[in-house]
Amino acid sequence: MKPDISSHISRQYNEELEDIRTRVLQMGGLVEKHTEQALAALLKGDAELGQTVSTNDYLVNKMEVGIDEECNQIIARRQPAASDLRLVMTVIKIITDLERIGDEADKIARMAVRLAGEERLKNDYMEIQYLGNHVRGMVHDALDAFARLDTDAALRVAREDRQVDKEYEGVMRQMITYMMEDPRTITRVLNVIWAARALERIGDHARNICEYVIYLVKGKDIRHISLDQVERELRLESGKA
Amino acid sequence: MTPDTLSVTNPLKYKSTPVPMPETSPSLQPPSLVSPASESPIKARVSQLNFYYGDYRALKDINLDIREKRVTALIGPSGCGKTTYLRCFNRMHDLYPGNRYEGEIMLYPDEVNIIGPKVDPIEVRMRISMVFQKPNPFPKSIYENVAYGLRVRGVRKRSLLDDKVEEALKGAALWDEVKDRLHDLAFTLSGGQQQRMCIARALATDPEILLFDEPTSALDPIATARIEELIAQLKDRVTIIIVTHNMQQAARVSDYTAFMYLGELVEMGDTPTIFTNPSKKQTEDYITGRYG
Repeated sequence: MKPDISSHISRQYNEELEDIRTRVLQMGGLVEKHTEQALAALLKGDAELGQTVSTNDYLVNKMEVGIDEECNQIIARRQPAASDLRLVMTVIKIITDLERIGDEADKIARMAVRLAGEERLKNDYMEIQYLGNHVRGMVHDALDAFARLDTDAALRVAREDRQVDKEYEGVMRQMITYMMEDPRTITRVLNVIWAARALERIGDHARNICEYVIYLVKGKDIRHISLDQVERELRLESGKA
Repeated sequence: MTPDTLSVTNPLKYKSTPVPMPETSPSLQPPSLVSPASESPIKARVSQLNFYYGDYRALKDINLDIREKRVTALIGPSGCGKTTYLRCFNRMHDLYPGNRYEGEIMLYPDEVNIIGPKVDPIEVRMRISMVFQKPNPFPKSIYENVAYGLRVRGVRKRSLLDDKVEEALKGAALWDEVKDRLHDLAFTLSGGQQQRMCIARALATDPEILLFDEPTSALDPIATARIEELIAQLKDRVTIIIVTHNMQQAARVSDYTAFMYLGELVEMGDTPTIFTNPSKKQTEDYITGRYG
C-alpha cells in the first residue's frame, strides 16, 4: 500500500508526518551540498572551502537529532500503524545514513584541507571527480526516490552501487601505481585514498536509503538480499496486483 | 538509580559467549512473529454466514476460520458487525424474535453446527462463554457468581464447586485478591476486579472458546493491562475471539486480526502483517486513522 500522508482524520497528524518528511529532504539537501562542496574543495585545492564544510557538519548532526526527537514524539503520541509506521521507521533510518554521509563529506573536506598545500597528482584527481559525481548523483536520486516513493528509481540507484565499487577499485589501482612509481607521493596518495574511500561509503549509504524506500512503499525488507531477487519478487508482486 | 540497585556484575569482566547463528533464508518474507497459521488446527469454521435483524442484513457471507488456542481479534468501525458476529457464537441473538441466521459455524473436532436449529443454545453457551464490555456481576456473592454456570449445569457437590471456583478465580488472576472475601457481594469489587470475576465466571464451565466483547473499554489502563496479560495466559487453555475498538490492544494481544466493514469481512491475516503491511486499502485506512 503506497503511503499517503495527507488523509488522516487528525489534520495535525498529517502535518506532523509531512513535517518529518520535509525535514528529511531538507537534511538530504544539506548533506548533498556538503558532499558537493567537499569534493570541490578537494578538486580545486580550496582549503578555505574545505574548512567551511568541516565546520558546518554540526548542522547536519543537529538536524538528525531534531528529526529523531520528532519521530519519538510521533510514536509516543500517535502509535503509528501500517504505512505511517513504516514512514516513521524509514525516516529514522534514513537520517542515520544521511548523518553518516555528512561525516564522510567532513572526512573528504579534511583531506581537501590537507592536500590543498601539496603538489597535485599528475592526473589532477580525474578519477576522484568521476567517482564523486557518480555518488553525488546517487544520493540525489535516492532522496528523489524517497520524495516520490518511486521503487523503480530506488532499485535503479541501488544497482549503481556495484558500479561505484568498481570505480573505487579502479581508483585504488591507480593510486597504488603512483605510490610504486614515486614513493615520495605516498603520504599524499594515502590522503586521496581516504577521500575515495569516503566517496565509496557514501555510495553504500545511498544504497541503504534506497532499500528503506522500497520497504516504505512495498512493506518488504530487502536488506541483505541480492537485487536481482528483489527485482524478481517485486515484479511478481506487481503482476499479481 | 540508587547504588544498591546498580548491576552487581562487573562490566569489565564481561565475556562474550558465542551465540549460534540461525540459518538465514534469502527470502523477502519477514520472519513471522507468531507461530505460523498452519500449526494450529481449526477450532471453528464459519462459512457463508449471514445474519438478519428482521429484514436488515447485518452480516454478509462471512467466511472465517478460528484457530485453536489462538487469539483472533475483530476490528472495524462501529456498526460493522463485529459484535453481531461475536454473538452468533453463543446464540445470543436467539433471545430476540425476528433474528435469523444463515450459513454455518462448525465447531471442531466434533463438527457441530452451533447455529443449527437443532442445537440447544444452553449447551452452546456452556462450551462457548462470553465476557461483555461492562462487567455484569449478578447480585450475588463472588462465589455464587463464579459457581452460577456450574449450578445451571446441575453441579451440587460442594467440594467440586469449591475446587472449580478456586480454579476459575486463579485462572482469571483474581484468587489472591478475593480468597478471603468469597462471600462478599460481587458489587464490592472494583471495576477491573469485577471484569476479572466475569472472566472467572466464563471460565468456570471449562469453555472451549472464550468470547470477549470489548472487555477493557470500561477499565482504566492498569486494569486493562491485567486483562491483556490474562488473555495471553488463557490462550494456552482456550481459543479466544476478542472484539476491540482499541487497535493497539488488538495488535498486542492477538495472533490473528480480522477487519470488518459494513457487515463484510474485508481482510483477515496474522496480526503483525495486518498492522505493518495490510493488503487492502480499507484496512490500511482504518488502522491508520484515515477517512475511507
